[in-house]
Amino acid sequence: MSAQLKAGPAVGAGTGRALRVRASAAVVVAVLGAVLLVPLLFPLDEQAVDMANKLQAPSLAHPFGTDDVGRDVLLRCVYGMRVSLLVGVVAALTATVIGTAVGAAAGAAGGRADRMVMRLVDVFSSVPHLLLGIFIVAMFRPGVWPVVASVGLTHWLSTARIVRAEVLSLRSRDFIDAAVSGGASRWRVAVRHLLPGVLPRAGLAAVLMVPHAIWHESALSFLGLGLPTHRASLGNMIQSARGTLLAGDWWPTLFPGLFLIVPTLAIASLAGVWRERINPRRRSELML
Amino acid sequence: MTGTALPALELDSVTAGYQRRAPVLRDVSLTVAAGESVGLLGPSGCGKSTLAKVAALLHRPYAGTVRLGGEPAGGWRHRAPRAQRTAVGVVFQQPRLAADPRLTLAALIAEPLRATGRGAQATERVAQLAQAVGLGDDLLARRPHEVSDGQLQRACVARALALRPRVLVCDEMTAMLDASTTAALVAVVEDYRQRSGAALLAVGHDRALLERWCDRTVALGAVAGPRDGTELRSVPRAPADRSAG
Repeated sequence: MSAQLKAGPAVGAGTGRALRVRASAAVVVAVLGAVLLVPLLFPLDEQAVDMANKLQAPSLAHPFGTDDVGRDVLLRCVYGMRVSLLVGVVAALTATVIGTAVGAAAGAAGGRADRMVMRLVDVFSSVPHLLLGIFIVAMFRPGVWPVVASVGLTHWLSTARIVRAEVLSLRSRDFIDAAVSGGASRWRVAVRHLLPGVLPRAGLAAVLMVPHAIWHESALSFLGLGLPTHRASLGNMIQSARGTLLAGDWWPTLFPGLFLIVPTLAIASLAGVWRERINPRRRSELML
Repeated sequence: MTGTALPALELDSVTAGYQRRAPVLRDVSLTVAAGESVGLLGPSGCGKSTLAKVAALLHRPYAGTVRLGGEPAGGWRHRAPRAQRTAVGVVFQQPRLAADPRLTLAALIAEPLRATGRGAQATERVAQLAQAVGLGDDLLARRPHEVSDGQLQRACVARALALRPRVLVCDEMTAMLDASTTAALVAVVEDYRQRSGAALLAVGHDRALLERWCDRTVALGAVAGPRDGTELRSVPRAPADRSAG
């Protein structure tokens, strides 16, 4: 995934990049608008089926066609995006809060506590996180919150590393010495001088994690471990459309797939621009 | 003042550094009386800054004691009692690194007051300090990246004086500054010292400046061999330097 994205800024520097940023912003705004407005205008009964209209090709009445039980693919895509964004944002925030707390504590404490925490992070990192996530969802009934927990609890490791490194570099600066000499408590140094220094990085990590978390939600649902099967989610839709794809009905697979890929790439591309602004030395390497 | 009988700052056979096997300072002793100004000279890398940090209770030495006003240091960094930590004001060599980039100069100067629960009097005291170091109101609202090194160092001196320290440690305070700012800041520090009776430890490599500025100067010699102690000898005043300055 990252290879495709890297090719963008490397080739077309000036105008190409500006165009890409504008297109990404437009996609994100359009998706947010659709996700917030469509449910107000077009309510969806997730259980309703319409066998008379099953597997209709895209038309004016159904721009994305209908699926194998006659449900409108466009409407379900929008509702699926809503679930995906909810899971993605909440899971990314959970992971970032945990990661920032662990990383900042390890970096600020230093010494043995730091080494112990970071070895623990290494141990967790050595287990593939999708596998760990599957363990977590498998313990609960299918639903949104187990998926959020599964993604949030497995994705704080990289944030913890980033935040710790940042805290370590800030900690040795003279302005921290000046604060200590000025009578600041440990808490004050951490909250007033260290945390504001790491927040831009942590915020960036959170935004970069949103698309990643959305993909995880879809992957878990696709494996049948995520959301209940009637729930309109992008992963569920792609999963249930697999059979019809082989029969030549491409729309129930293609449109949810595009809904998954295009907005996540748009978010990732905007986050990449932000990263370059914070840290111009590193070319955007996106965590998808 | 009670400090007249007891020296304001006393380092007693201090050994310190960053690797226990190869400390930068070995067995260094130095006494600064209340109201006295001592210049500490030495080539770069000889441990001047380390000594300054030890004196400010910011770096834990491997051996030796530091006494402030006769009282042994109760700890280092956060473990030092707040009253002892704030009794020593520190000015660092590079104002860019010594200033939190997110604070305005006014917040920077007020930081020690707020950290010690004296935020209520901050506005008044900041105005006072800013005037003393020569910072205008328009500069106080700016952040470090919007001011020059000299202006930022003025703010850092104001911050070091905010809690009226009994000992002032200036670690190469003027190394990054032009001559007129150097003169202005030395005047600010001297003014404070004369009015408050605080002790001053001025660290630097500019012999001419320190000899003019301080009552006496001592030099920190480089470590000759693994067994030698760090030599601290007093520097006789060169008569030519006094007139040249």
